Amino acid sequence: MELKILVQIFLLIPLAGFIISLLIPHKKELALSRIAFYTAGGNLFCFFIFIAFWLWQGHPTLDIKDVSIYQNSEYEFVIAFLFDKITAVYLFAGALLTFLITVYSRYYMHRESGYKRFFNTILFFYLGFNITIFAGNFETLFIGWEILGVSSFLLISFYRDRYLPVRNAVKVFSIYRIGDVGILLAMWASHHLWHENIIFSKFQNYDLVQEHLQAHTSLGIFISVMILLAAAAKSAQLPFSSWLPRAMEGPTPSSAIFYGSLSVNFGVFLLLRTFPFWEHQPFVRILIGVLGIATSLVAIEISRVQSSIKAQIAYASIAQIGLIFVEIALGFETLALIHFMGNAFLRTYQLLVSPSVVTYMIREQFYNYEPRVQTLEDSFPKRVEYSLYLLGIREWNLDSFTNKLIFTPLKKAGKKLDFLTYRNVFYFVIPAYLISCFFFILKENKIPLEIHRYLPYVYSFVALLMVLKSFSERKYPRLAWLLVIFNHLWIALAVSFNEQYSFSHSVIYLSGILVSGLIGFICLQKLKNSEPDYFSLNQYYGHIYEHPKISIVFLLSCLGLMGFPITLSFMGEDLLYSHIRDDQFFLAFFNALSFIMAGISLVRIYARLFLGTHVKTYHETAIKSS
Amino acid sequence: MDKSLYNQDKVIHRLKHYLPAQAPLKDFIHHNTLHAFQHDKFHAGLHKASEIFGYKTYLQLEEYRRLFKEGKINPENLERAITSEKGQNSLDTWRTNLLNKKYDTNIYSRIGKYRNEWKNKYHINLSKETHPILFRIIGGFLDQGIALRYFPVSGKGFLDSIRELEKNSFQGLFKNKRPKELLLNPDLKIEKLLQILIGDELLYEHYLFDQQFEHPGWSGMVSVIEDNPASLSDKKDISLHDFIALELLLEIDALDSKFHENWLPLGMRIEQKPEPLFEKINDNELFEALAIWQEAYEWTYYDHALAAMPNINPKEINPLQKDTFQSIFCIDDRECSFRRYLEDYDKGCSTYSTAGFFNVEFYFQPEGGKFHTKLCPAPVSPKYLIKEENKKSPRGKDVYFHKQTHSLAGGWFISQTFGFWSAIKLAANIFRPSLSAATSYSFRHMDKEASLTIENKTPEDIIDGLQIGFTIEEMADRMEGLLKSIGLVKDFAPLIYIVGHGASSVNNTYYAGYDCGACSGRPGSVNARVAAHMGNHKKVREILKTRGIEITETTQFIGALQDTTRDEIDYFDETILTEINKINHEKNKQTFLKALDSNSKERARRFALMDHNLSAQAIHEKVKLRSVSLFEPRPEYNHATNALCIIGRRELSSHLFLDRRSFLNSFDYRVDPEGKYLLGILKAVAPVCGGINLEYYFSRVDNQKLGAGSKLPHNVMGLIGVANGADGDLRPGLPEQMIEIHDPVRLLVIVEHFPDVVLKTLQQNEAAYEWFNNEWIHLTAIHPETKKFYKLKDGVFSLYTPVQSVLKTDTDIEGIIETEQENIEPFVLH
Repeated sequence: MELKILVQIFLLIPLAGFIISLLIPHKKELALSRIAFYTAGGNLFCFFIFIAFWLWQGHPTLDIKDVSIYQNSEYEFVIAFLFDKITAVYLFAGALLTFLITVYSRYYMHRESGYKRFFNTILFFYLGFNITIFAGNFETLFIGWEILGVSSFLLISFYRDRYLPVRNAVKVFSIYRIGDVGILLAMWASHHLWHENIIFSKFQNYDLVQEHLQAHTSLGIFISVMILLAAAAKSAQLPFSSWLPRAMEGPTPSSAIFYGSLSVNFGVFLLLRTFPFWEHQPFVRILIGVLGIATSLVAIEISRVQSSIKAQIAYASIAQIGLIFVEIALGFETLALIHFMGNAFLRTYQLLVSPSVVTYMIREQFYNYEPRVQTLEDSFPKRVEYSLYLLGIREWNLDSFTNKLIFTPLKKAGKKLDFLTYRNVFYFVIPAYLISCFFFILKENKIPLEIHRYLPYVYSFVALLMVLKSFSERKYPRLAWLLVIFNHLWIALAVSFNEQYSFSHSVIYLSGILVSGLIGFICLQKLKNSEPDYFSLNQYYGHIYEHPKISIVFLLSCLGLMGFPITLSFMGEDLLYSHIRDDQFFLAFFNALSFIMAGISLVRIYARLFLGTHVKTYHETAIKSS
Repeated sequence: MDKSLYNQDKVIHRLKHYLPAQAPLKDFIHHNTLHAFQHDKFHAGLHKASEIFGYKTYLQLEEYRRLFKEGKINPENLERAITSEKGQNSLDTWRTNLLNKKYDTNIYSRIGKYRNEWKNKYHINLSKETHPILFRIIGGFLDQGIALRYFPVSGKGFLDSIRELEKNSFQGLFKNKRPKELLLNPDLKIEKLLQILIGDELLYEHYLFDQQFEHPGWSGMVSVIEDNPASLSDKKDISLHDFIALELLLEIDALDSKFHENWLPLGMRIEQKPEPLFEKINDNELFEALAIWQEAYEWTYYDHALAAMPNINPKEINPLQKDTFQSIFCIDDRECSFRRYLEDYDKGCSTYSTAGFFNVEFYFQPEGGKFHTKLCPAPVSPKYLIKEENKKSPRGKDVYFHKQTHSLAGGWFISQTFGFWSAIKLAANIFRPSLSAATSYSFRHMDKEASLTIENKTPEDIIDGLQIGFTIEEMADRMEGLLKSIGLVKDFAPLIYIVGHGASSVNNTYYAGYDCGACSGRPGSVNARVAAHMGNHKKVREILKTRGIEITETTQFIGALQDTTRDEIDYFDETILTEINKINHEKNKQTFLKALDSNSKERARRFALMDHNLSAQAIHEKVKLRSVSLFEPRPEYNHATNALCIIGRRELSSHLFLDRRSFLNSFDYRVDPEGKYLLGILKAVAPVCGGINLEYYFSRVDNQKLGAGSKLPHNVMGLIGVANGADGDLRPGLPEQMIEIHDPVRLLVIVEHFPDVVLKTLQQNEAAYEWFNNEWIHLTAIHPETKKFYKLKDGVFSLYTPVQSVLKTDTDIEGIIETEQENIEPFVLH
């Protein structure tokens, strides 16, 4: 029993650490690093004590149904926690590595202008890490998951006054967002599979799982595939692999723990966590195994031709994670856990010592130089050998593949919506929305059933159009911003047409959206007033250099508007999905797509206006390719 | 020859001239970042560089104004600077301008505008389409050993290799037919490609500059390797021409992909031709203001040094009292404080300094080494080889750099075994840093127990065109040169130390830049040992005697290496010492140790995270740890803050606290009345010290474009350079962590000799003269008899009287070290 209470310590320490770190002035290097030191160190210390007790009590699986945040007759939003072997391993690896990295960075980051930002973000990440690994249900996990995404974005764009880090941060964020949709849809389908807010520990109950799955085989597979999508995106498996080397833009220690070890292993975690759920679906296991093997083979070939040390380590790590996927698919949970830990430690260390590779290898070469060492590929036919090399150099076209498959069509679609100008939004979109709201009031009796049935689809499609246009808008930031707000409004409307629906749900959903939307709009207006010449979405402006305060408020508004768990809208999002019936796949899909695009669009607005090389050149500015 | 407006060779030659000239990491050597503008006067060159390439070449105007308010720029020096540039009449106007006038300080550059039109007119981001693949290909081609798979085609030039690859693969490099066909045509001409892309010959050059200066890092590296293939161990046949050709092909490919060969050349779509790159630069008042500020800033600093220098009576020389020992160091600014402590702890000793290869130039081959390492200034091409034999200590290995960790099965096994060990290793290094195989450790350069082939046995003993060792005559020449140039020709002490220097660091891609610049970025241990051996050689001494240098028979030379990061010293061949010298040596060793402790403490005043009140020994221990800590981006501050170079007798500077900001070169005008040796010194000082100084200057004033930015995110590419992230361009220059404490002032060289001799000497060497005459280095002569200063300006020496008259003096160095963290002006010690 006491153990269950103790579990909360692992979340409270990082939360406290994060909040305190925000309050410390940025000049106080020592205090900032101390906080990080005690946070990670404290967690590590508690881990040892806790684990001793836990083992002594026979390492039980602890599930803690903690707080029910919202409840009505058919819906309950619960924060639940779970502690078992998997959590223990992740907790240990996370606490140890974060602890080592904070001590390391105390000196490494000394005098860096973003010292405070760095430790804030590390602690924020660590908080997200712990929430995710302790999560007892999808909802809780999703909170942690979102924190990981945002902290990743902030760390990759740590050197925000250069172009490439910012561009890559947006790119990685986008791919994470695709993974998030996997979770979101898995959550939606789970509501319908279980008719409750399922907690992970129930997956252990074989009979229960089987009973539900037999009734809904396809729903079961759908959930599993969505989980795999999320896992593949987060763990840089095919076809998403190319984001990992591009994420290594921050200071080396942050790249080391994020992309060398902890963050990139969340896909593994998700699979381990949900293993009992899909364990008895052979199709899913084969799919995971095949994906793992394919990733391993491709990643290793790419790794072998990299002349950049960090990219080489990144791809070598992806290959090992592919193998871990295979191990999980085969049911070797313990092996996978050991492999995860070893790989995480190894890659962290390799990345940290990567600058030493010059000294070491050049010395090695000095003594052991041989003009050409034969490799396996040399024995292949020339055509195959050369093609493999070129493919490796091109990263098997993975980067352009993700662009082509996902972003280019969306951009093109968005361009078709050029008629959605500022003025047209006022002339058409707002009146249309008001009319629709009027329909909603009438809906009970006046609208023919045939039409009524399709209205949610129409509205959610309109919502999607809003956000597509926002995503591809090149000129007007405020228009892009308004369109995202309208996206949410249309979605709320779409769902409210669906079945019996209490108005309060919309209020919950829209509360955060509207407040963030308003604040963000004010920020944009202020920025436009002071920088009328440098205000569009056509390039990166780097306004954070001169408007740091507007920037931080605007970032928070973006987070609020994208449904990040700082407002009630986060819960509303889940709530809304519970109103989408399990046969309304397209509705769920449209809304999910809206969700991805809104997030990406908002981050894009933020990045273009506030990040990147500062548009004013009276101080040092970096060239674009650096 | 056709009368083409575009001359390819000329354009490529010009490009190579302006591109960064930084060598691959292993041969990192400091040089003037803006060497391309050195034919202009300093300020004119800086203005030009800024207008054409968009570099920031000065501090910001606001920074100068702040420095003025803080008293770091003296009003009188400012006045002098204004008067000298603008004349007495405009003094008031210009003073107001400098202090208050509002200027547009934005930088508008000519470069890049033209290529940018692709984005404006065609809505295509060509860089985004072409850079990643271009960088990966060139990285793979030049890679020195990171990738597990070599570039599959070997022994061919770059473009030929690409051609071979393209011909023999399923999916080639290009998506479209046209670039593929263009490539496969063996007659490929850049001009042809430009015709497709640009179509207007007048614009070709401009376009190529725009294109190459979007990634100056890689282009510069290609150009350097083309000119100096030996800078890679694994040689590659590369040329800027080939590199440009591939980039143009990739651009055509990207455009074809988007427009299907249906696009007009860029030249046809441009209505307004861009301003030609190298057209005359218009006057800009801002740059005039910056130049004046810079002069005032520099002379405020120099003035302190000059004022303090001559007013003190030279150290009383008692010809009857012999030195307890003499010690010869490198000219390096880092030796400045160490010498002061030595002289303080043993008042009877004398210290000297000269370029740290000690006038012995050769290639060195450690036992088992497959290559030769040059151990002398980079421009020198030695004819000698010295081999290390009978090595005792083995080399360390490290599994974490092993290529197996990147293979599938190997990685699977290693991650589950050594993977766990790496967590322990990491913790160990964080909490108790220690030396490892990955550390670049100066004492590892040569095995102290091994023997060296210093003496040539027979002139036929030649390997790779290099003579093994030196003949007696050759040794004598070198010793004569060494001793005469530093003015040590009589009164030899029983022990003469020749102390080379090196540095140790880990996780530092710039390690070569921390070692001795006069030894091509290697530790000076072998040179010190070789020079000492020569000095001890009986037959060499016999010859020297005939040339007027009579070395006392009991005098012994001893070679040593000082580690400037760790403040450690080790001596070579101690066994040859006579009994009495052994006793002397033991005593001197204690002096050295004490001086090293104090030196550490003085250096540590710049390390902000250190408790500066600890004892010298305690601080020294902490300083040592920096050199082996993975997490320490500043193992030492290297040449940061350098500003002066004093060429003359030690009496000129021994009473000064110079804050480790001065290069010191011993020279006695009495030994060299005609300036024969002075010429040798100036010839080396200009490119070596001037190069160091200007690289620090430019990396400091524009750390983003001329420096390497923060080193914390750096990613090693092919063992030859660093980039940020995976897609970035190489970043030449110095990282922020190396220059953050540096005050950007030019080097002031102070020579103790008659001004007319100095000028005549200097004019004998055009290259060296250019440095001074164009003011990339300031030159001042101090008249040996009148002790007056003469400043060189526009080819004439004229009298300079320091502004300062009240001299700052202080006795409590330790107190200053413990409290002061900023740069300190020179003052007189008592």
